[in-house]
Amino acid sequence: MQPLLKVENLVKHYGAGRSARSKDKLAALDGVSLSVLPKTTTALVGESGSGKSTLALCIACLEHPTSGSISFEGIDLASLDENQLRLLRPQIQLVFQDPASSLNPRWTALEIVSEPFFVQRRYSKPDRAVRALRLLDRVAISRKMAARSACELSGGQKQRLAIARALALEPKLIILDEALSALDCSVQAQISNLLLELQASLGLTYLFITHDFGMAAHLADQIAVMDRGRVVESGSAENVLYSPNHEATRALLAATPRFSEPPAELVHA
Amino acid sequence: MVEKYSPMVQTMTSLLEVENLRVSYSARTGEVCPALSGVDFDLGYGEILGVLGESGSGKSTLAAALLRLLPAGGKIQQGSILFEGRNLLRASPQELRKIRGGRIGLISQEPSCSLHPTLPAGQQVSDVLAAHENLDRRALRQKTGHLLASVFPGDSERISRSYPHELSGGQRQRVLIAQAIACAPSLVVADEPTASLDPTTQQEILQLFRTLRQKLGLAMILITHNPALLAGLADRILVLYAGRIAEIGPSAQVLYSPQHPYTAALLRCLPSHLAEPPSTRKARLHVIQGEAPDLSWHGNGCQFEPRCTERMEVCKRDEPPAAAVSELHEVSCFKFAG
Repeated sequence: MQPLLKVENLVKHYGAGRSARSKDKLAALDGVSLSVLPKTTTALVGESGSGKSTLALCIACLEHPTSGSISFEGIDLASLDENQLRLLRPQIQLVFQDPASSLNPRWTALEIVSEPFFVQRRYSKPDRAVRALRLLDRVAISRKMAARSACELSGGQKQRLAIARALALEPKLIILDEALSALDCSVQAQISNLLLELQASLGLTYLFITHDFGMAAHLADQIAVMDRGRVVESGSAENVLYSPNHEATRALLAATPRFSEPPAELVHA
Repeated sequence: MVEKYSPMVQTMTSLLEVENLRVSYSARTGEVCPALSGVDFDLGYGEILGVLGESGSGKSTLAAALLRLLPAGGKIQQGSILFEGRNLLRASPQELRKIRGGRIGLISQEPSCSLHPTLPAGQQVSDVLAAHENLDRRALRQKTGHLLASVFPGDSERISRSYPHELSGGQRQRVLIAQAIACAPSLVVADEPTASLDPTTQQEILQLFRTLRQKLGLAMILITHNPALLAGLADRILVLYAGRIAEIGPSAQVLYSPQHPYTAALLRCLPSHLAEPPSTRKARLHVIQGEAPDLSWHGNGCQFEPRCTERMEVCKRDEPPAAAVSELHEVSCFKFAG
């Protein structure tokens, strides 16, 4: 199968601005290669500072990579001009960690999900409202709540709203940047179920960025482990989880809090 | 700095006794929202109590109330907090100032917001010491050095001179820990101390807590929404739901054989971390139906009743009393009452 997204040898340096000395460049990405098949979930796991979010920003065309290439559906993103990028961007959507800061608190839920239609000048006015309500339905936000402003919603509702907004332009790829990390366990379960449902019904491709190996193990088909700007291990979720090869993978797995096996004294009792 | 800690096992009395604590917030509209409704628990010397709760359960209110640091609008309406034999609710502002930081340390959620951005880390630790102890400059510098060395094995000198923005999240959290233990308190209250850290750093901080407890005999109240963090660290776990204690008991019992329907449902929500066989991956996770109750909701009966799968008639009417299911293990649910 043709990969939906193919990243090759991507390098991103920061700190080459006017105040920094030229030697102080920081390689946030140091030769990353990754390919994502359509309708699958690829988890990108790594410690903070390993370059996960920088990679996400480069893929979403929000940062320009220093070198290397990103191709989406076989098209090299670097070859596109601003007008062509504008047409491509709706295909790739982002959901961030903290829904409270990625939604305008004074806008109503309905306004927030309809905004992408205005920005991309799609559909007629009445059509926009109908589509927005349908999106809210998909993520189980009721008509009553559609009229509430974002600051009146709970954390889980806000994240569902952020997902609905990401779905508005019928994207192919959704980048979930720590989208579950800030939520309570019971809400995490709700949202991860929602993500699985949406993937099955809409054929979405997810790039799931996280430092929680537990959730990655649950949701992903493929797992790529990042360490200091490189992908140090990647493969099917089973392989990475059950026979990790790289030191960084083993360290992350060991640090993941878990308590699936009760301690011995309780089994005897 | 080891010279004046309380020994692990003292007399039979507890370090902290909280009785029938009721806290409420008043909104601008004049509406009064109960945040804690009758919380009872005690804490032994050198004990680690995990407080488990989701957002809105009142866990941060509990931390703030223990230190009498409730935000404006928050009020302790009833109850008592006995700490080292003194009722904190009757303490004068001067006494409170001595207790906070001196006898009870606080580690708050967001390390970047709790440190002064333009003062070096070492100075911020020595400020805590200077506020509580009568030390000359040399002693102060020496003690700060020792403190930082105990949380940063290796490069404490460099850290001491660094400003918060030059430190990583884990390092900032360690500076906060140094501040919290500076005056050898007997209790440290940590509100989501590792929420913003990645798993490797998280484990390092938890390991540091274990070491400190062993070395200093510290008692800790560790507040979190992540049950997995408490396994292997907390001695007992208190589960909060809507401002009430749902369940309290020894960690192993609460985590591996939860009795309250809420605790059981909460623990079922977790993906069975990494242990699951490949076939159940990508399966639907269990969820708790409905939303957590609104603080302003003043319904009768059990707060969890609308979402509970084991509800009975009586649950709608009355509030469930705490019932002992075994020694030390209490559950507030009618399944166990009478």
